[in-house]
Amino acid sequence: MNMLKKAKTSAIEQDISDVKKSPMTMIQALRSAMDVMLERDANVVVFGQDVGYFGGVFRCTEGLQAKFGKSRVFDAPISEGGIVGAAVGMAAYGLRPVVEIQFADYFYPASDQIVSEAARLRYRSAGDFTAPLTIRMPCGGGIYGGQTHSQSPEALFTHVCGIRTVMPSNPIDAKGLLIASIENDDPVVFLEPKRLYNGPFDGHHDRPIVPWSKHPLGEVPEGYYTVPLDSASVFRPGKDMTVLTYGTMVFVSEAAASETGIDAEIIDLRTLWPLDLTTVVESVKKTGRCVVVHEATRTSGFGAELVSLVQEHCFYHLEAPIERVAGWDTPYPHALEWAYFPGPERVGQALKRAMEA
Amino acid sequence: MSQHEPLRLHVPEPTGRPGCQTDFSYLKLARAGDVRRPPVDAAPADTSDLAHTLIRVLDEAHGAIGPWDPHADPQLLRRGLRAMMKTRIFDARMLIAQRQKKISFYIQCLGEEAIATGHALALQHGDMSFPTYRQQGLLLAREDVSMVDMICQLMSNEHDALKGRQLPVMYSVKRAGFFSISGNLATQFIQAVGWAMASAIKGDTKIASAWIGDGATAESDFHTALTFAHVYRAPVILNVVNNQWAISTFQAIAGGEATTFAARGVGCGIASLRVDGNDFLAVLAASRWAAERARSNLGPTLIEWVTYRAGAHSTSDDPSKYRPADDWVRFPLGDPIMRLKNHLIGIGAWTQKEHEDAQAELEAQVLAAQKEAERYGSLLDGQIPPLSTMFEDVFKEMPAHLQDQYRQAQQAGA
Repeated sequence: MNMLKKAKTSAIEQDISDVKKSPMTMIQALRSAMDVMLERDANVVVFGQDVGYFGGVFRCTEGLQAKFGKSRVFDAPISEGGIVGAAVGMAAYGLRPVVEIQFADYFYPASDQIVSEAARLRYRSAGDFTAPLTIRMPCGGGIYGGQTHSQSPEALFTHVCGIRTVMPSNPIDAKGLLIASIENDDPVVFLEPKRLYNGPFDGHHDRPIVPWSKHPLGEVPEGYYTVPLDSASVFRPGKDMTVLTYGTMVFVSEAAASETGIDAEIIDLRTLWPLDLTTVVESVKKTGRCVVVHEATRTSGFGAELVSLVQEHCFYHLEAPIERVAGWDTPYPHALEWAYFPGPERVGQALKRAMEA
Repeated sequence: MSQHEPLRLHVPEPTGRPGCQTDFSYLKLARAGDVRRPPVDAAPADTSDLAHTLIRVLDEAHGAIGPWDPHADPQLLRRGLRAMMKTRIFDARMLIAQRQKKISFYIQCLGEEAIATGHALALQHGDMSFPTYRQQGLLLAREDVSMVDMICQLMSNEHDALKGRQLPVMYSVKRAGFFSISGNLATQFIQAVGWAMASAIKGDTKIASAWIGDGATAESDFHTALTFAHVYRAPVILNVVNNQWAISTFQAIAGGEATTFAARGVGCGIASLRVDGNDFLAVLAASRWAAERARSNLGPTLIEWVTYRAGAHSTSDDPSKYRPADDWVRFPLGDPIMRLKNHLIGIGAWTQKEHEDAQAELEAQVLAAQKEAERYGSLLDGQIPPLSTMFEDVFKEMPAHLQDQYRQAQQAGA
């Protein structure tokens, strides 16, 4: 139980109430994070497919090459294994590479470099060499991307010892977490839910898009700040039950709570591993009920680990079986995208089951 | 009915198998001194012929001839000879230690000693090698790396700098320009290119040296490395040690039939050399050429070192099952130690007596190092690193879940 004694950290390490803020989309916030770090640290380099002159297919690196030059921000050959492998070598040299995998669905050729190399370099060399790199990758569906542009492979990373796995749900966290990731001395896989790039999507795909400019979490400090990599946030306080979620499903869960009238406490994990177990356990012990929600496929998903941890740490506080809502165990279909996506209706049904049990 | 004969799958085979001698004509040799030496700023395409021949300096009469003769100081060559001898003696001694179960596993580089030890002389302080498990010569050629430390790694004992985490031979010595060996094949070839790119990004003058075997060139990381090295004109030497065998995989199965591994470099726009890896002078000369090219911002060089893996792949391998027992004796490029020794004797820079004295002196040094290392324990006596080292260095700081698991492991063992 000692791991529960850790002091709870605040959402943002610095007081940002007085600093200058601007409305930013998640894309602009991520770009701002890289801009700030390229400016602050001469060892930061940014590269990947299409990220240089063009600025990335999602525009996350737009303008950075023009500002910092081609030796700091540059295009890479279409080779994920090469991008991550070269980044490991650069990181071992002393740089802090921030590389982009164009879609999380494309990281598989880089698996060996992530799992066997970046994650284990510090361990196997007993600290002689380290690999402080950040691997950004857009993930998740809801954009009609089909089975090759919609995946959420986070559980493949949380299973690897030595990797930090991060997934922000909003612009303010995205910037602070990305800066913290770049500054961190461990390798970080930074997953960006692309359906959230332009607005807080609540799962109602048939309704008009809400832009980040209409949401308070789109008001982002212009300068440097960090969001710590070891803290979850209580996204919506509540007393009826705890919803453990991250990424796009934060807003879907919020919609489900308000539509069912259930006073759910929604925990946005933000960093999946190492996990802020303290916040999770405190909340579940308080509410006595727990629903785990993620977009990734169900079996052996990160939700299985969350359910297991809650069972280990909160069993005698639970008043109902833990519910799990996830994508189906199928590839992400194109035409049936919204039947696959665990929207507010499915999440709401799980909330009700957890309340009624 | 098709007018064509039925198609047949081609599966390459070595000419030699147990009980059947190898026809080494497949090696495509050249005579010493016959191959031209272009300037270090040659265009990659203008090295095309050099990727299909064999650069050699030492001839049959033990003389040094031709444009690739490095005209090295005899003092430097004596140092090289001693490094090769030390490597061979070290390997032999560690094989015995493995049979005595003081070491769980070992990999020797018998017959390939010239490549790493000669190459080491062409590198400078601050450069970084990304070796495979058969380049122990890079460390043994250096005066500032202690054999005691190396043996402690082999024994995974209390004094092992890597805290007993790695298989024997997977050394890591950053201060000596020796990158942590992964054990996964080819992964470090692209990392070396990344390291070299970083040196260029920072405007430094350091270069990287990447290592791979003929078998592992079939991995995608090899081809990726060539692409990145070419694209960014990375200051890196891309070494392919073609020792003919990857465990039981003959080099033709890796793609060496009817072409060369050096030819892959030219195809990617990289200056490429094919070199007699058992010719210490050729190793030194080609390595210097490539290092000068890299350090002058002229980009990468791929060097295929033609040699022969005289021993088993590792202590877990039995090559008598798949290749002729007398292959190395018949291998046309001979023994690198004998060739340099005979050359030095021929030019009056070495004597048989000096050779025997050096042999005895190095054997005593290796034995003394082993004795000292054994004082820190070995697998036999269980003097291994403490339990905490299992949980350290997974992350920079030990996270809560690992602190918790460490505690559980302590309790489980109590």
